[in-house]
Amino acid sequence: MNDIPADLHYTTKHEWLRRLPNGQVEIGISDYAQNALGDLVFVEVPEIGRRLRAGEACAVVESVKAASDVYSPISGTVVAGNAELASHPELVNLEPYTAGWLMRMEIDAPEPTLLDADAYAKHLAIQVR
Amino acid sequence: MSELPVHPGLELREALIFSLSRPGRAASTLFPLHADAVQITEQVLAQIPMHLRRRIAPVLPEVSELQTVRHFTRLSQMNFSIDTQVYPLGSCTMKYNPKACNTYAMLPEFMARHPLGPETQGFMSCMFELQEMLKEITGMRGVSLTPMAGAQGEFAGVAMIRAYHRSRGDLSRIEILVPQAAHGTNPATASMCGCSVKEIECDANGDVDLGALQAAVGPNTAGIMLTNPSTLGVFERKIVQVARIVHEAGGLLYYDGANLNAILGKVRPGDMGFDVVHMNLHKTFATPHGGGGPGSGAVGVGARLLPFLPIPLVGCEGSRYRWMSERDLPHSIGRLSGFMGNAGVNLRAYIYMRMLGRDGMVRVAEFATLNANYMMKRLTAAGFEAAYPNRRASHEFIISLRRENSLFQITAMDVAKRLLDYGFHAPTTYFPLLVPECLLIEPTETETKQDLDRFCDAMIAIREEMQQAPEKLLTAPHTMPVRRLDDVRAARELDLAWKPVG
Repeated sequence: MNDIPADLHYTTKHEWLRRLPNGQVEIGISDYAQNALGDLVFVEVPEIGRRLRAGEACAVVESVKAASDVYSPISGTVVAGNAELASHPELVNLEPYTAGWLMRMEIDAPEPTLLDADAYAKHLAIQVR
Repeated sequence: MSELPVHPGLELREALIFSLSRPGRAASTLFPLHADAVQITEQVLAQIPMHLRRRIAPVLPEVSELQTVRHFTRLSQMNFSIDTQVYPLGSCTMKYNPKACNTYAMLPEFMARHPLGPETQGFMSCMFELQEMLKEITGMRGVSLTPMAGAQGEFAGVAMIRAYHRSRGDLSRIEILVPQAAHGTNPATASMCGCSVKEIECDANGDVDLGALQAAVGPNTAGIMLTNPSTLGVFERKIVQVARIVHEAGGLLYYDGANLNAILGKVRPGDMGFDVVHMNLHKTFATPHGGGGPGSGAVGVGARLLPFLPIPLVGCEGSRYRWMSERDLPHSIGRLSGFMGNAGVNLRAYIYMRMLGRDGMVRVAEFATLNANYMMKRLTAAGFEAAYPNRRASHEFIISLRRENSLFQITAMDVAKRLLDYGFHAPTTYFPLLVPECLLIEPTETETKQDLDRFCDAMIAIREEMQQAPEKLLTAPHTMPVRRLDDVRAARELDLAWKPVG
């Protein structure tokens, strides 16, 4: 069963987004995504200061099965990348919603519509059949 | 009592050759040192300044000839190969390499050629005719044989697309579109050429979503990279519309030749609207393949990209063949290798094509497709789920094990490992990424019906094991020198260099 925390926002490409108290957002990949990828062996997070458009490929997650792009759910500027992942990519598998976060961003455009937990669960149900 | 080995009498464990080493042991009869060679070596050595010479001898194994022969022969016995097993590795076209190609390519006159020697007319006529045959079979205007393998062929293709836009002053075209079903190498190539990548969705039947494509093209579009048939094992039916949309937006079309085997002599990328193609001669044209051996990634282009072809090409003036260089093609993207690409590999492809002839090419595509569809029918009749059941397969097809995964907790990896016990190289697993728990199966035209049936029988037997004795799958392989390797640890803690103890 996929873990889909109710307080996060999601994309159809399996990224999650958390609003932080300081107005920034935290971004990672969902439990479904980490499970589908399998054991991660390498994670590349974007450089601090990089400006991203919504939908732009910004990070790479590589497992023993596949390498996959991660897309920015929003437009904005990267303010932090999770440096722990360079030596411990398995954090994304173990704690996809907490210790396995990929990056933090400052939003500079109004947020596009993202999925809530219910809508993401429905999206998964259709996709997996 | 300990269990009997699975292969009684055949030792399938092998130590590193370094552990056999004893000081002073050698195999000098294999390469006896000629007096001239000693003298030349000393002369050359005298020219190397002292401070650049190594002071400690390199750590090389000191072994006898027989030890060396046994070591490498035993290692080769641990390997699955096309010459020993059915090798249905999807998207790789692991077809049999006819021995005649090797025999003729090894003729002493070919072997003794030096790339800096005179323009050997016999060899060059072969390369010229190979260029011409590849032009004809792909519907292109020019072909260069210089790319050393598929990845370099892709690189050359996108580099030419960039050179074309740059030559027109159209500098904003830096975006390459790639459908979801593309090969992973396509976005990698685009990035290597300094382009950004935009992914285009596919619909439920495996075709490119034309609406998504129309929305994605624009003044930044450099081109689109497509494989047809796609990695979903189906022919892209809307290719003409795709070509129109991309061309109208000012972009060019790149054909990834990975799946050319399926359409050989049937339909030509040039007629579909492609501006550039790369061909994996080591796939479609039966040159040796795998193990990182030399490949060949010839590129073909339409009229717009002709000036940018990588050099050298072989030109023909009257009855004389000659190398064409920067002087003939001043706008060329340049050289990709020191000389003529992998000349020996190109030669094998030439011989293969000459043996097949024009009619043979068509038979390749027909039998490859027939074989794949036969297997797909047998396997789906036995209960396996085809990923695209509404579509006829091309030269390869996808089985999804997601039902088996939820019913028996069996993964595609378990089935792949169990197939080794039955004596088959596993199909491609977990690719394409679009299909969960998938096996991508490509039998190629060179397998007989008996062998196709043996593979299907093994799959069906494994399917029964899933229900009766799933542990057989979960702990497979049982007959190999090693079982499941820790591939996560292998990727995280690279251990590539042998070091002497102490």
